[in-house]
Amino acid sequence: MNNEQFNDRNVSENGYYLVDIQDYPTTGWDKFTRVVRRTLRGELFVGLWVVLREMIRFDIHTVKYPEEKMPIGPRYRAVHEMKRLWESDAERCIGCGLCEKICISNCIRMDTKIDANSRKEVTEYSINLGRCIFCGYCAEVCPELAITHGGEYENASDQREHFILYEDMLTPLDKMKAGTQLEFEGFGAITPHEDERVKKTPLAY
Amino acid sequence: MSKITINIDGVDVQTNEGEYILNAARANNIFIPAICYLTRCSPTLACRICLVEADGKQVYACNAKAKDGMQITTSTETIEAEKRAIMEVYDVNHPLQCGVCDQSGECELQNYTLEIGVDSQSYAIKDVAREAKDWGHIHYDPGLCIVCERCVTVCKDMIGDNSLKTVARGADAIDAEYKETMPKDAYSMWNKLNKSVIGLTSGEEMLDCTSCGECAAVCPVGALVDTDFMYKSNAWELKQIPATCGHCSAGCQISYDVKHTSIENPEEKIYRVMNEWNYVSLCGAGRYGFDYQNEVKTKDEVAFTKAIEAFKKADTITFTSTITNEEAYLLQAMKEKFGYKLVNNEAKAFQTFLKEYAQVSGTSLYGSDLKAVHNSNFVISVGAALKSDNPNARYALNNSMTVNKGAGIYFHPVSDPVIDGMGKSIMSVTHAPLQEEAVLYLILDLFADKSKLPGQVVEYIASFHSQKTITVEETVKEKVVEIVKEMKLNEETGEEEEVEVEKSSMVSKKISKEVEVDENRLLEILGADKKFEEDLEKNLKKKDAFALIVGEDLYTHPNHKNLARLVALIEKYSDFEVTMIPPLTNSLGVALLCELDDARGTYTIGYNTQADFTLSALGSGDLDMPALNQQEGTLTSINKRVNPTNAALAYHGYELNDIANALGFEAEHVIEYTAKLPVEKGFSALEFDSLPNHYENDGTEMRGYLLENIACETSDESVAAFAEEKLEGELIYLANPVRQFTPFTHKTTQLQEKSGVYMSEAFLKSSDFNEGDRVKIQTQNGEVVVDVISDNKIAGNIALLPTFDSKLNSEALFSGYRFSSASIQKV
Repeated sequence: MNNEQFNDRNVSENGYYLVDIQDYPTTGWDKFTRVVRRTLRGELFVGLWVVLREMIRFDIHTVKYPEEKMPIGPRYRAVHEMKRLWESDAERCIGCGLCEKICISNCIRMDTKIDANSRKEVTEYSINLGRCIFCGYCAEVCPELAITHGGEYENASDQREHFILYEDMLTPLDKMKAGTQLEFEGFGAITPHEDERVKKTPLAY
Repeated sequence: MSKITINIDGVDVQTNEGEYILNAARANNIFIPAICYLTRCSPTLACRICLVEADGKQVYACNAKAKDGMQITTSTETIEAEKRAIMEVYDVNHPLQCGVCDQSGECELQNYTLEIGVDSQSYAIKDVAREAKDWGHIHYDPGLCIVCERCVTVCKDMIGDNSLKTVARGADAIDAEYKETMPKDAYSMWNKLNKSVIGLTSGEEMLDCTSCGECAAVCPVGALVDTDFMYKSNAWELKQIPATCGHCSAGCQISYDVKHTSIENPEEKIYRVMNEWNYVSLCGAGRYGFDYQNEVKTKDEVAFTKAIEAFKKADTITFTSTITNEEAYLLQAMKEKFGYKLVNNEAKAFQTFLKEYAQVSGTSLYGSDLKAVHNSNFVISVGAALKSDNPNARYALNNSMTVNKGAGIYFHPVSDPVIDGMGKSIMSVTHAPLQEEAVLYLILDLFADKSKLPGQVVEYIASFHSQKTITVEETVKEKVVEIVKEMKLNEETGEEEEVEVEKSSMVSKKISKEVEVDENRLLEILGADKKFEEDLEKNLKKKDAFALIVGEDLYTHPNHKNLARLVALIEKYSDFEVTMIPPLTNSLGVALLCELDDARGTYTIGYNTQADFTLSALGSGDLDMPALNQQEGTLTSINKRVNPTNAALAYHGYELNDIANALGFEAEHVIEYTAKLPVEKGFSALEFDSLPNHYENDGTEMRGYLLENIACETSDESVAAFAEEKLEGELIYLANPVRQFTPFTHKTTQLQEKSGVYMSEAFLKSSDFNEGDRVKIQTQNGEVVVDVISDNKIAGNIALLPTFDSKLNSEALFSGYRFSSASIQKV
């Protein structure tokens, strides 16, 4: 197939077309007839009949949310998670700031400082989910596989900020102890056959 | 210097005779990789990556000088192999912690590794333990260090502290087989690298230097970093605000790196100060003293109304020179409109000095600048505590000595170990205070063209000379001829026989001789070393570019007018080019823009200084004003350049322009006055927004504009004789420690110099004062009670009182002149 037609991403040149919309009624009589016409059209009963028919047949495909939930793919990009190291249960995040830099909606910020052991410590980490577009760049760029997306898509709350507390994003310790932290397989994960592509550095030991 | 043409990779390039190939290429936007080379410093030859082929021969571009018609190729097969091997060597055992490294991508190792395309490693060596070191304000991680020695070079060639050197690494020798298999230059570079890391010259645990931080600025990797900045922010998050440093008259180009304070606080904050270290070197105050902003949340309308009332009532405005040209222009305009007296003692002294100087020299401004001092090879400094009055003048002096093989004389009553540490070719003359005139007469005597100098001056100078007969012991070598008997083999007969041989030998003999010598009483008056003339003769060999730096001691001297005329005579009748150090940040601008008065009237408004009603950028007055890092405007530097500076931080209060507007002036922003600065004083009618603030690739300073040196009428060239009075006994000197200039530097968090009276270690030992004592210092003008602080950056018996702490009010003890006799007693 010739893909050239897709290369032109400039749709504003000639991509506009007019939508066929009937003129709005102006007189009172016209408005009244439109209301009557719309009200007495049988479309409502078409829909009701389909529901009734399927109910009688007992052939129901509806997922009974929230009792029933669809499985989520491992590469699904929902609210972020912060992973821990398998070896030590310590946080993986080293505070390099690449996620902060790459974020195209500019919603990640972090404060860092030098800690008592002369290491870089992230003192504060924040993702503004009000702006986040879940593009996955942060997970892709993270050199430590620390920030990833999770499967938690049910983010209805009074405040979207409720999801972005660093402590909540971090894998809980009991989950680590149980060994049930899940590795993210989406953007930024190690690709298969990575070992074959790495050149070995000679060592003098 | 004559222009020559060389050819680099097929491009004809114009450059100066004797310029390094690397600099010629850089000036013409031709890229030659180089890691260890610093413009303005001598080539280090540590990295060897700047290899080029010049006329068929491989040379290092950083230390090979361009010759006319030279054909240069920057890339051949062997050069590319060398470069690749050099970068591979640099990457050997380099920690892969780029994610948390403070260089955060501003890393030349990273850049060149990618540029050269190193994607695999062929060399290996066992690493040695290299532990990170905390050197006070600088943190050194030898693990990250690539030993390019840029820090060592800049400290030696530019700053003059000589605080850093390479020390042994203690690593295993490189595998012998590499010598055969590796490219030659890469191997020898590795051999040197593998033997050294950076250490402190003093051998101590902590850095004890003048704390400029230039070593961390030039570090191409994250090995040397400012301790305060560690892990605070990634470089790429910081927005760079081009500005001019507001602490002293050097007017260095800096960039304030700003970012939001934290996640909670979106107000911008300055995280660090950066500089174009190839072309400008900062001092510790410029680099670390950046957070002196006046944080004001809202406009205080009550205080503003009071201020307007005060302005209506006042007859005097007193101010310091830490203001912009535009504000100085406004103050002068207010004076013209409302008849205020303008009082600013330090600028007034400088202004008077300049005016008197102009009467003899015929130009409104001194002829030279610090750039010329950098390029000269014989520098004299008179009347300035160089390292604290203007650190850049000190760098220029040091740079001229190290790179141009120069020499110099430092005339000052307070001897300075930092200046003495610059090398043997700097001669320090520690004269008594008040004898600055004798110094200038001595310079006239030694260097002026006596055939042109006014006859009266020549006669006066001659009156100090006398002929004296002295007996000198001389060692003479004499030839002594002896006849010795020797046994020798007669070749004909084969027998040994005795022969007489003439033998000559040289024998040293001491003889006494009577010699007529010229004795210069000026040297005796100044207390110069006995070997002064001998040393001077040695130091003056092959010198052709002379620079004279004069400082604030002369402007405040009781006979400042005579001194100014003498300085003008030196400039006129000798090879010396004169640079004057303005006392404060914008003293030169204020001196040019404002008509200053001597005495205050009945009701005074103070700007950054205490008065009946005080406007203050320090946050301590009746109405808040913005500090220099919150203001737009221009500052006039020692280099006679009008430099623009931008506001790094927001300011929410009132500024001087608001007061002016309330009093009937009309300008939305104070920078509208930039184009109105008087052309007849040497300023240009340029809009603020059109002023550039950067350096070009060839080092051309594209900053603001240069003041025009206006010609003015001259009077006679008469100078007065000097009285041989001098200050003796217990003396105090009004000068700041290094890194402190004004209450603004005192306010910053990183510059924590204690205020008090500074005494040299030798003085403390010989007197009964100890560090930490409370002492009362009394002069005829008043007294203060301060702490004694031991200062190893000064020598001699004169105690220093600083001006940076406004609580001390030490100026009140002095009657103008920076020296005063005083009685110091323990309390």
